[in-house]
Amino acid sequence: MLRMKARSLELSPPAWTILPRNLLALVVILAIAIMMHAWVRPAVGNYYNRVMMDVGINIVLAVSLTIVNGFTGQFSIGHAGFMTLGGYVAAATTYYGSQLLWSKAAFFGGTLSSNTAESVFSAGLLGGGDLLFVAGCVLGGCIAAGAGYVVGLPSLRLRGDYLAIVTLGFGEIIRVLLQASGPQVTRTADIAAKNPFELTTALGGALGFTRVPIYTTQFWTILFGGVTLLVAYRLKQSSMGRALLSIREDEVAAEAMGVKTTRMKVLAFVIAAFFAGMGGGLYAHQLGQINAGELGFMKSFDFVIMVVLGGMGSISGATLAAIVLTVLPELLRGVAEYRMIVYALLLIVMMLVRPQGLFGVREAWELIRPLTRRMFGSGAKA
Amino acid sequence: MALLEIRDLQTHYGAIEALHGISLTVERGQIVTLIGCNGAGKSTTLRAISGLIPVTSGSILFDGKPLVGVAPHEIVKLGVAHAPEGRGIFANLTVDENLDLGSYLRRDRDGIARDRERVFELFPRIRERLRQNAGTLSGGEQQMLAIGRALMARPRLLLLDEPSLGLAPQVVQTIFRIIREINAAGTTILLVEQNAHMALQTAHFAYVLEVGEIVMQDEAKKLAESDEVRKAYLGVA
Repeated sequence: MLRMKARSLELSPPAWTILPRNLLALVVILAIAIMMHAWVRPAVGNYYNRVMMDVGINIVLAVSLTIVNGFTGQFSIGHAGFMTLGGYVAAATTYYGSQLLWSKAAFFGGTLSSNTAESVFSAGLLGGGDLLFVAGCVLGGCIAAGAGYVVGLPSLRLRGDYLAIVTLGFGEIIRVLLQASGPQVTRTADIAAKNPFELTTALGGALGFTRVPIYTTQFWTILFGGVTLLVAYRLKQSSMGRALLSIREDEVAAEAMGVKTTRMKVLAFVIAAFFAGMGGGLYAHQLGQINAGELGFMKSFDFVIMVVLGGMGSISGATLAAIVLTVLPELLRGVAEYRMIVYALLLIVMMLVRPQGLFGVREAWELIRPLTRRMFGSGAKA
Repeated sequence: MALLEIRDLQTHYGAIEALHGISLTVERGQIVTLIGCNGAGKSTTLRAISGLIPVTSGSILFDGKPLVGVAPHEIVKLGVAHAPEGRGIFANLTVDENLDLGSYLRRDRDGIARDRERVFELFPRIRERLRQNAGTLSGGEQQMLAIGRALMARPRLLLLDEPSLGLAPQVVQTIFRIIREINAAGTTILLVEQNAHMALQTAHFAYVLEVGEIVMQDEAKKLAESDEVRKAYLGVA
């Protein structure tokens, strides 16, 4: 026993090596984000820029939901609740933070956060405002993660439809609470005079939280989307991810293998909620406002559809579905009111033709590999 | 001291009592079998041992340590592995990933690699199918995987729940031959079976369970010769 303990210390890599090992991936994500922001954004114009940001935000949401619905097999339909919560926290942080720091809720960012700057490299890349924005998003993520913990707890005892109802209820509670909050304080002097705790309930009520400085750019959506993808992918490859998948496959057998199913299910909720909260932050700072009334059940359902279409547990599937289902409504703008009918038909066809979703639990490249092997004939069966 | 000692074990599913206080002993190095009909409480006994269902009263001692109220993952760590009824393989994961989950709580990479080799020696078919989704295996291969996966925890006590379920007679023969091999290599086995014939041939000691109570117990050979067992379970007039 003692010997095994010593071995485990020696073999499992220490926590501080996790960052360096993923550093290359992070650098690549950062480079892509900067290049897209510097060259693609000015080239494609405002409309396509906005669609690309939407894609990025939806990837964050869909991929994070995959961790709960896909990997772990829990059916959550309250993902927009976490997004809303994180979005409000982030929006309030930048709005009230800017008012307190600079006496005005305007844009104080660098060129990476600017959708209008002619050249990205002309002035400072980052200003104080975008740091506040990122801090707000991370804070929003953390608060949403806390809420994820609370929602995850009932998932210990509930499964299937019952859990779905709880998550649905959670989303609605968040919406009702935010719509019942006090009016947004807009005068700088009033904000400075108030106790910071009072500001946490001044979230605009039914009017939503407005006048949020706009910081979300392609750079941030690609960066956050990339980090979400990286975390989800590394998670799936880890033994922890395999434990999540085993719960989805057969919970009793997973428990018999020694998987702490309870802890793992809550953990899935916490991780997913964190990224959903960050995604909400991006969303609020893209539109300049956030309204809980617009982020209800239908929004949650959009993300569920992305996960189901992509394949329950497939990161690349969820990503592809997020891209398609963001671009598709834009192409169908002329018949926008029939969007949900098209979605429903798409789902029905999908369930008939390919019930496991586009890629099932696998990733796109895992499905391509055996195909290429068959084509090039190196796959003589052992 | 016996490896496993169960005293007056009672369990409930809701209001229904599934086990009415059973006692049994598994000696080190033996294969002990628990035979009986559907609904007798055989699987329930195994689930209670691995902590998958709550115990109402009674005690379970594994190597002298109480298992009642201990979390399933702690029980796996102590050295009890369970190949559940219906095999419980992870159908959408590869055979490889299934095996990995068997050693989920272990961190000794060298030991895990050795045990994988051992599983491949016992079940050469598994090595051939490593990259395949476990759900695409045949019934017999799935059962082999379930046993192999349980072995990856390097258990001192292996709980096997109906390994012969739904398998062709020839495959059943193979599975039981391997069960004997595993036992010969030093792993104690508690085997639950409806196939009393094979179970009594394989085991050293046997218990007969009927609606939540142990009605007979003896050395497997003697039990196989007793008139009651021959009539009720072996289909001999």
